Amino acid sequence: MPFSTLFTDNTGGVLTPYINQETNRLKNYLKLGGYDAAKKALAMTAEQVIEEAIKSNLRGLGGAGFPAGRKWSFIPKNSPKPTYLVINCDESEPGTCKDKYIVMGATHALLEGIIIASRAINAHTCYIYIRGEYVEPAEILQAAIDEAYEAKILGKNVLGTDYALDVYVHRGAGAYICGEETALLESLEGKKGWPRMKPPFPAIEGLFRCPTIVNNVETIAYVPFIMNKGAEWFAKLGSERNGGYRFYSISGHVNRPGVYELPVGTTLRTMLYDYAGGIRGGKKLKLVVPGGSSSPPLRPEEIDVKMDFDSLAAIGSMLGSAGIIAMDEDTCLLDMLMVTSRFYHHESCGQCTPCREGTGWMDKVLTRMMKGGGRLEDVSNMPDIANGIMGNTICPLGDAAAMPVLGYFKKFREEFESHAKFGKCHTGEFTSWKPAVKA
Amino acid sequence: MSLKLSPQSMKRIKEVMTHYPNKQAALLPILHIVQEEKGYVPAEMEADIAEAVEVPVVKVREVITFYTLFNRQPVGKYHVQMCRTISCTLCGHRELLKYVKEKLGIEAGQTTADGKYTLSVVECLAACEMAPAMQINEKYYGNLTPQRIDEILTGLK
Ligand SMILES: Cc1cc2nc3c(=O)[nH]c(=O)nc-3n(C[C@H](O)[C@H](O)[C@H](O)COP(=O)(O)O)c2cc1C
Ligand code: SF4
Ligand code: FES
Repeated sequence: MPFSTLFTDNTGGVLTPYINQETNRLKNYLKLGGYDAAKKALAMTAEQVIEEAIKSNLRGLGGAGFPAGRKWSFIPKNSPKPTYLVINCDESEPGTCKDKYIVMGATHALLEGIIIASRAINAHTCYIYIRGEYVEPAEILQAAIDEAYEAKILGKNVLGTDYALDVYVHRGAGAYICGEETALLESLEGKKGWPRMKPPFPAIEGLFRCPTIVNNVETIAYVPFIMNKGAEWFAKLGSERNGGYRFYSISGHVNRPGVYELPVGTTLRTMLYDYAGGIRGGKKLKLVVPGGSSSPPLRPEEIDVKMDFDSLAAIGSMLGSAGIIAMDEDTCLLDMLMVTSRFYHHESCGQCTPCREGTGWMDKVLTRMMKGGGRLEDVSNMPDIANGIMGNTICPLGDAAAMPVLGYFKKFREEFESHAKFGKCHTGEFTSWKPAVKA
Repeated sequence: MSLKLSPQSMKRIKEVMTHYPNKQAALLPILHIVQEEKGYVPAEMEADIAEAVEVPVVKVREVITFYTLFNRQPVGKYHVQMCRTISCTLCGHRELLKYVKEKLGIEAGQTTADGKYTLSVVECLAACEMAPAMQINEKYYGNLTPQRIDEILTGLK
């Protein structure tokens, strides 16, 4: 897989210098000062490591944005059971394609982060759950782990201390829902990926009923840099309460799609127009999804928003996994919402009725509208169906399916009405059914 | 263990079982190993797999059918999986799918008569930055155009 679609700002970024063809080899990582941060952390107490993470404002980068250090602090002290660290590399939210760069390039930074996070929660076993399609990334990861064992960086005596840590790669098998942390734990236990009721939260009762922390790949890969350069340094890079840099995946109708490591809080306009080269073909922007396909869409006049968790929440959307999808003026939004809803219907685990039935209805109605069989009452019924799902399910997949429907219908209602009334797209013939092939 | 697999696969299974505190947790890795050797997970092996991880057969069946990557039937030598999700649709997935269907002479979900290609349509492959994208067996391909697809398929031999 090429690294030529990874970009950063003129400072060079934090993780980006560690991502190229060579950096997944141990000897090259060591040349860059690799594993110094882990040595430092192993000489500290768990509380001190957690304190650093809290001060850095490092937020969970898998979607929910929960402060990483605070999550670690929920692990019960002196529990008689073992504690587990689980790394989430399921990477399945549409529009999100960043974790693979870290796993394939900054492989040892991830492993170093794992050592430090394990120290913080006193875990001696870590599983990395990686989506089943990522065969090549999983092989690179395993090769790096083997190198680390060989060099006694992992195993019985981590970096010459008496701290023991085993790291295993566990491959998923094609189920979006297994990115949800409790479904992921079920899957790791050899079961189908049905999310669990919370509480109990994984920190109290997770993998094999033991205290467990689940963190995203990217979250953990930043940890060594925080330990090396200090929490204040990281916190200052980002915006208020949102530390550091992060990876933004930019796809859709932009001139330069790719993964961009940028300071948290860069505006969406800067990302789309300065970094990603603007909308292709010189067209106008019609809609942008800011944080993976489940995040409520933004209109072109909303793109001066800072891309951090709090700023997006303040305008009724969410940063989620930072998967940005841009659509140009010729895009049929009914079509795009149908594709989005079909995805969530396909991926619903079927465990709770509002999600199973609701996603099915949304998919069915949107498909019927798309085929020209729309009715005016669809326009008012769709938000009702979505509202029937919101907040009424075991896991947040139900909300993830409902939010785009609510957002599209609220912000682009005329377009759906016009479809229902005239049985075809107001932009002409259903433009997106025969889309332009990229130049 | 009464699993009928090559000695190499049996060795891998034995090793992977040491990664977990119980046997059931090794189920997904074992299914991957079976599928790598056989190309799919044959129904007649379900009972042996169940015995190996000490769960009822129905639990094994439940897992195989829940996860889309496990094939219950043999697939072609090359499994062409085209992403149909949002970024790929925006960048021309439908046109390409039509092109591939005509080229291979099959619909999605079918295998060519010579057993060489199976065509599937899948959800987001996390290759959105190189949309439209597809996966053939283990390898990813992005920024597809009809010409690129011709080259890729020819390159497979
Ligand atoms: C339906 C669903 C899918 C998810 N998929 C992913 C995923 O692919 N990768 C990920 O890291 N987190 C995913 N999450 C979030 C995880 O549940 C969890 O919050 C996260 O892994 C915690 O790590 P973090 O605190 O470092 O972000 C998903 C959540 C939901 C509800
Ligand atoms: S909300 Fe949907 S995906 Fe989540 S548990 Fe319920 S049915 Fe399953
Ligand atoms: S939408 Fe096709 S790879 Fe993500």
